[in-house]
Amino acid sequence: MALLELSGLTKRFGGLVALRDVELAIEEGMIAALIGPNGAGKTTLFNVLTGLYRAEQGEIRFESRLLGGLSPDRITRAGICRTFQNIRLFGEMTALENVLVGMHARIRVGLSDILLRSRRLRAHEARAAARAVELLKLVGLQEREGEWARRLSYGEQRRLELARALASEPKLLLLDEPTAGMNLSESRALMSLLRGLVGAHVRGILLIEHNMRVVMGISDRVAVLDHGEKIAEGSPDEVRRDARVIEAYLGRGKWAGDA
Amino acid sequence: MKTLAIQFGLAAYILLSSLLVYSFPQSVLAFLLFEASLLLIYYAPVARSAKLCFAIVILLFLMPLLGTINGFYLEVAIQIGIFVALAVGLNIVVGFVGLLNLGFVAFYAIGAYLWAIFGSHQANEFLAGGHFPLAQGWFFVFLLLAVAAGALTGALLGLPVLRLRGDYLAIVTLGFAEVVRALVNNLDKPINLTNGPRGITPIQRPPLFFQPLLEMLGLRPDAVSLYPLYFYFLVLLLAMVVILVTRRLENSPVGRAWKAIREDEIAAVAMGVPVVRMKLLAFAVGASFAAAVGVLFAAKQVFINPESFTFMESIGVLAMVILGGMGSIPGAILGATVVTILNLQLLKGLSLWLNALRQSSIILSLPLLGSFDLSQIPAQFEPAKYERMVFGLILILMMIFRPQGFLPPRQNEKPADGAT
Repeated sequence: MALLELSGLTKRFGGLVALRDVELAIEEGMIAALIGPNGAGKTTLFNVLTGLYRAEQGEIRFESRLLGGLSPDRITRAGICRTFQNIRLFGEMTALENVLVGMHARIRVGLSDILLRSRRLRAHEARAAARAVELLKLVGLQEREGEWARRLSYGEQRRLELARALASEPKLLLLDEPTAGMNLSESRALMSLLRGLVGAHVRGILLIEHNMRVVMGISDRVAVLDHGEKIAEGSPDEVRRDARVIEAYLGRGKWAGDA
Repeated sequence: MKTLAIQFGLAAYILLSSLLVYSFPQSVLAFLLFEASLLLIYYAPVARSAKLCFAIVILLFLMPLLGTINGFYLEVAIQIGIFVALAVGLNIVVGFVGLLNLGFVAFYAIGAYLWAIFGSHQANEFLAGGHFPLAQGWFFVFLLLAVAAGALTGALLGLPVLRLRGDYLAIVTLGFAEVVRALVNNLDKPINLTNGPRGITPIQRPPLFFQPLLEMLGLRPDAVSLYPLYFYFLVLLLAMVVILVTRRLENSPVGRAWKAIREDEIAAVAMGVPVVRMKLLAFAVGASFAAAVGVLFAAKQVFINPESFTFMESIGVLAMVILGGMGSIPGAILGATVVTILNLQLLKGLSLWLNALRQSSIILSLPLLGSFDLSQIPAQFEPAKYERMVFGLILILMMIFRPQGFLPPRQNEKPADGAT
């Protein structure tokens, strides 16, 4: 049983077809990568998956439940959470508060608890804070919990986004270019962190990545999008040798055609 | 040892400034020094419990005591309390959630008219039976009713407009406030609901339910001197409730969700924050505070008309929030206090001083400039003429030199430490 199954997914912006008939399946325990040239529709696919955009056609099944038409916050509650390509943290909130907001989908207190500051609320808040500290530790930000998010360095911000997404207890984690702007050792550290997440914190990861070293090193399966269409899917090795993929990246030309 | 010295110093300052007010009951300066003691307490590096004790002594004992010496001070304190509650309420919408609301006064008007209509003869105009005005005790019921009415109208306004952002939302809320004011102004025909521009009077005041108790203690104060004190304590209580509720909301998942929406709405919704519901909640909470304050305002003034609920009032409260520091409760409190003192005391004090100069019949002779007869100071120097200008100047200077406000939200506050 696949964790996530897309079938016939189509998204248009006016005359532009951003996604055409996309089929994709992510199995339990898998790290899948989504690659493709700029403008291929990768981020659009994420936006459709998380409910920010609504697809014109097609089905999204998550744990065999249909997700089409759900609002973004409900999709997060259902267990899909994401990070953003251009980091979107809550700048004037502390790192800890950012992670705490990530837990909003898992809140079990009502307004009366808050107004009366009930024992239940205090227990809930204490637990949330403890878990947030744990997540910050996991991404190596334990020293920075009191700092405003906008004062963190770029790499720290990327890791904070990861911790915030993990806070919503997602079953499927969507990462939009998690290693963008990182140097080699930083992206290596992140890769081993991501590998450790599967099974322990999440049941599957789908990531968009341009860094082929990361893609080849970490993913169990790679799907390639070009002009909104899935042109290849398979193990990293299979995809690397696929003629259509090479064409999409390098273009059809004298040399590429001969290869 | 050091904190003991600081506490002693604070106590001495409070005592000294109250003595000053006591000996110079007409001096604006003395009262300002006294008011500054609360700010000192806020900043003083002493324990919370000590701060609380000092604040209680000032607010519950010294202030009412000095108010019996000079009734105007009590009026100032009541006005401050009203605007503190309004500013803290508006701060939820503008400061926490980042929605520019230019029509906050509408909810204030709704609360005020709610009690004004049923707490006076006005309701007899359209309801048969002559049951009105309602008994004084209903005041407290209407405080709660106003909370509900404010929440309801806040949510009703919110539903259609919360998809709008920034400037568009500001324009719609401004329009809403003008609609409310126009309605209140014109609903005297065909059915006389609001008595139009003539306003409503007299409005019932809250009951003096504690009078038997005072008589048992051997005190026989008359209603005239009792009501200002009574309203002072009512306003104090209301402001405290508003502040407490807002603080609890701020330091909770709800408050964090509000700020997250302010910082990045897309990211907030992607993290599972139900954005529309949270915005509606903010609108409803802010509006319910304003409506409750409105009930109190109507009862205190005994007379209200649409003039009290103009656009300038909305702007005034917004300026308090901005001056104090958006998104900070202490900021909203300080902003409301400073602006109210400026309007009621400093400018008024200046005007009194000018009058005193006029009557002194001093002739000032300056070298090169000739001589001035101080009794001829032209009326253009009256602060009433340039009150708004002073206000605007302060706003401009603030935006240049301290755009984040007097007391912006602090960075290293730990939200989850369980303290309230």
